[in-house]
Amino acid sequence: MKREELLVAALESGTVIDHIPSNKLFEVINLLHLEKMKSSITVGYNLKSNKMGHKSIIKIAGKFFSDEELNQLAVISPNVTLCIIRDYEVVEKKEVVLPDELKGIVRCANPKCITNNEPMKTDFHVVDNENGKVALRCHYCNKEVDLDNVKLV
Amino acid sequence: MENRSLVTIADHSKEKIMYLLRMAEEFEKHTNRKLLDGKVVATLFFEPSTRTRLSFETAANRLGARVIGFTDPKVTSSTKGETLKDTIMMVSNYADIIVMRHYLEGAARYASEVSPVPIINAGDGANQHPSQTMLDLYSIYKTQGTLENLHIHLVGDLKYGRTVHSLLMAMRHFNPTFHFIAPDELKMPDVYKEYCRKNHINYVEHKDFTADTIADADILYMTRVQKERFTDLMEYEKVKDLYLLKLSMLEKAKEKMRILHPLPRVNEIEYAIDDDPHAYYFEQAHNGLFARQALICDALGLTLDDVLNDRTIIE
Repeated sequence: MKREELLVAALESGTVIDHIPSNKLFEVINLLHLEKMKSSITVGYNLKSNKMGHKSIIKIAGKFFSDEELNQLAVISPNVTLCIIRDYEVVEKKEVVLPDELKGIVRCANPKCITNNEPMKTDFHVVDNENGKVALRCHYCNKEVDLDNVKLV
Repeated sequence: MENRSLVTIADHSKEKIMYLLRMAEEFEKHTNRKLLDGKVVATLFFEPSTRTRLSFETAANRLGARVIGFTDPKVTSSTKGETLKDTIMMVSNYADIIVMRHYLEGAARYASEVSPVPIINAGDGANQHPSQTMLDLYSIYKTQGTLENLHIHLVGDLKYGRTVHSLLMAMRHFNPTFHFIAPDELKMPDVYKEYCRKNHINYVEHKDFTADTIADADILYMTRVQKERFTDLMEYEKVKDLYLLKLSMLEKAKEKMRILHPLPRVNEIEYAIDDDPHAYYFEQAHNGLFARQALICDALGLTLDDVLNDRTIIE
């Protein structure tokens, strides 16, 4: 772990999003709108990880997200770890929790859904589907989509 | 203001359903009134549906309301690229209530969220069609005297038929036993069977459709098997005539059993049955008028007491 940490510069204060599956990295960037941020951001892609083989990591200097913002990450990668850094120390570790409702994040898979045909925000309820798995149900057309198959707006 | 829109009746409580049926009963006793004198009802049909539109417009007219709207989306601004929201905002300046039919699923929910006046969903794509469900419930209630403990046989296209899905969900309060009679290609989707299990609704699946299968039915709900639903036309040819109701199949039927059909019918009910006392599909369509009068009044905030104490009845 020591060697790996050296691959990405340490952070004085800010947020570290770790253990991102590498194929989800760009979705995480889009979801948090990092491309619009002014602070320095370090992105590590395809780093070696004992736990996952390969992972990605994002360090955002001087930025602290709300729980609401961070919990959106649960939609695309539920197992990320979040560290809040102040004075080079991890002051808080968090896990993401899937919220009950997701507004404006996920696209409805139903092409005949109003949300795909009208300039409006999507809205999904998190439900258990018939196989006991977590699914998202569109607030508008009632169609369900598996959490594994979600597409972001 | 409380949102009085009607998007689906899947969420309605047992009390609310019985309340609306009571109201429909009153409108059947006295259909012509001036209860909605001075009100304007807009009917916006983004997809043509003559049957539903005529029923809603008659319901409004017989209560003394005036009706505006369009019947053909080609003549409206939506073909110029206007959003649904803009159309709804514009019409809500003119009307007290909007009855809307749309080809997109979820359109009614969205309209109800942006509209300052109540919306009644007159069908949104394959999603919901609550006024049809309401008239189905009213027809069952009227012919059986109750909604409780009935055997309801659903026949034909149980996969895509939204009327059977809505009926199934609305009946969950009344301890029904459903019989699903359909070919494999069109059988009841798992998600609705799971819904039945969760809500303790009994159901039996049948492949054959004979006098014996329907002998214990209180309600025989027929639907059309649509050719366009089949990917394999060979399959369609095989099953298309298996689910036709013939007069001879009614010999073992209960006396009080009634045959419902959301219409239009093609050939799934033999024409000879029209004169049989079990046939009820035309009366069922007529009941739609009373059910829709109740739904319009409820959405406008009128109560059962208002209807009972109504002094505007035209004899």
